[in-house]
Amino acid sequence: MSEPEILRFENVSLRFEDTPALDQVSFRMIPGETVIIYGAAGSGKTTLLKTALGLLKPDSGRIYVFGEDVTNFTEPQWFPLRARMGILFQEGGLFDSMTIAENVAYPLLNSVAARASNQRGEVEEKVRQALRFVDLEQTLDKFPSELSGGMRRRVGIARAIVTEPRLVLYDSPTAGLDPITAYTIISLILKERDTLNASALLVTHRFQDGHLMAKFRYNPSSGQIEAASQNGGNAARTRFFVMNQGRLVFEGSLAELAAAKDPYVKKFAK
Amino acid sequence: MRNVFRSPHYGDDILIQMDVIGFGSLLIVMLIGLFSGLIMGQQMARALRTYGAIGQIGYVVSVALIRELGPVLVALLVAGRNASGIASELGSMKVTEQIDAMRALGTDPIQKLVTPRLIATAVTLPLLTIIADFLGLVGGYIIAHFQFAVPFSQYWVPAYQNLAYADVAEGTVKPFAFAIIIALVGCFYGMRTTGGTEGVGRATTRAVVVSSIWIFVTTYFIGAIFINMR
Ligand SMILES: Nc1ncnc2c1ncn2[C@@H]1O[C@H](COP(=O)(O)OP(=O)(O)OP(=O)(O)O)[C@@H](O)[C@H]1O
Ligand SMILES: [Mg+2]
Repeated sequence: MSEPEILRFENVSLRFEDTPALDQVSFRMIPGETVIIYGAAGSGKTTLLKTALGLLKPDSGRIYVFGEDVTNFTEPQWFPLRARMGILFQEGGLFDSMTIAENVAYPLLNSVAARASNQRGEVEEKVRQALRFVDLEQTLDKFPSELSGGMRRRVGIARAIVTEPRLVLYDSPTAGLDPITAYTIISLILKERDTLNASALLVTHRFQDGHLMAKFRYNPSSGQIEAASQNGGNAARTRFFVMNQGRLVFEGSLAELAAAKDPYVKKFAK
Repeated sequence: MRNVFRSPHYGDDILIQMDVIGFGSLLIVMLIGLFSGLIMGQQMARALRTYGAIGQIGYVVSVALIRELGPVLVALLVAGRNASGIASELGSMKVTEQIDAMRALGTDPIQKLVTPRLIATAVTLPLLTIIADFLGLVGGYIIAHFQFAVPFSQYWVPAYQNLAYADVAEGTVKPFAFAIIIALVGCFYGMRTTGGTEGVGRATTRAVVVSSIWIFVTTYFIGAIFINMR
């Protein structure tokens, strides 16, 4: 192993009845990398993220997370690994019987690894910090149903990053949002990536999202995002995947994506 | 079942569910209990009088209620209210990825969602059944006393004394079995919901239908066992 890997799929396949949701998917991701996954509806993007998190079991193939072979892991074995990963679900996945504060505190209070290292007071401070990060500190005692769709997405981000995970999975964070809110969300994801140097796997339909991730960086002194310098930084370490009917049909940089000939892949490159 | 005994326990979740299932159903269970007693008193009294056995009314009502009608009626009612409630709640959680989120964030949804509902139903359904049984006996007494002039002791003494151990045992075993059916069927259909809000509707309907059928089938078989035991 030359570089420490954060995630590796080897010929992973998964079927639901007669739809192949993942078909011989192979890739690897190293720390600090950002991977953008494009693909039509039903092409298997969500399935890929859930498989990476052990929420779905592959029918065949092998999966490595943080260098460990997790292919045959049991649920209890997964818990400590999941504590080092964050996820924003496509459907939100916020617990609607809990307040925003309880939602964001949930991973701190429930994940095995985090529970051991957290004192009560610390939890509250971390929750506030995470909500401040997404600019929603004033919503602590509200319920998810009282927030707008964009705000819920931001709470989801706060919950995904509150444990400072090494790998964050974002499932369609900008879907169904207006361009301004979508921009805010991607800025937050950039900010998270560039302040914590975490790896990110981001599923999206929007070309602009990938463009921002590959070309921009977060400037901590201005608190804004700005064009990244050509060479270096996390922006340069952004790769693009395109999925079609469960298969990974493209893997490459933004420039390579722009130069792609395949008509399906080309649709995601303009 | 191993989960019932494994820590961490979600005590608050159990109390909340007991409140939902128990207190939520209390009033309607009382009404159903009372009216089934009134109805049975009415029908039985006519038949018994034909044979000059009106003095047996307390015994007849208490056996029918305690062995069969009380447990089944209450269970069907709770199935309608709670198997559906459980299935739709867990189903909505499933389709909005809250159950995935639980697993992703370090909790076992079986322990957090299924076990508390199972325990809460297993505790409250027998209690609700006892309440319904008692009010049913009161209903039978109202008919016996006010329409057929049966005196207090002539109704209540046989109602109590002629009950065999097996009658009471049957009346206790049934609510437990039904509780397990209701909670598990509700959770099962809830947890495997797919297909958005429409799927939640389907899961809910299925949970009520399937648990009701199982209640009838089970009551027959438990009844058969107890009849052979006498
Ligand atoms: N629980 C499930 N049961 C049956 N089929 C499923 C299930 N989940 C996903 N599928 C099927 O697997 C395929 C891939 O689904 P997936 O959710 O991964 O798509 P996606 O790329 O995330 O789509 P979208 O962009 O619409 O979110 C689809 O054909 C879908 O119908
Ligand atoms: Mg999806």
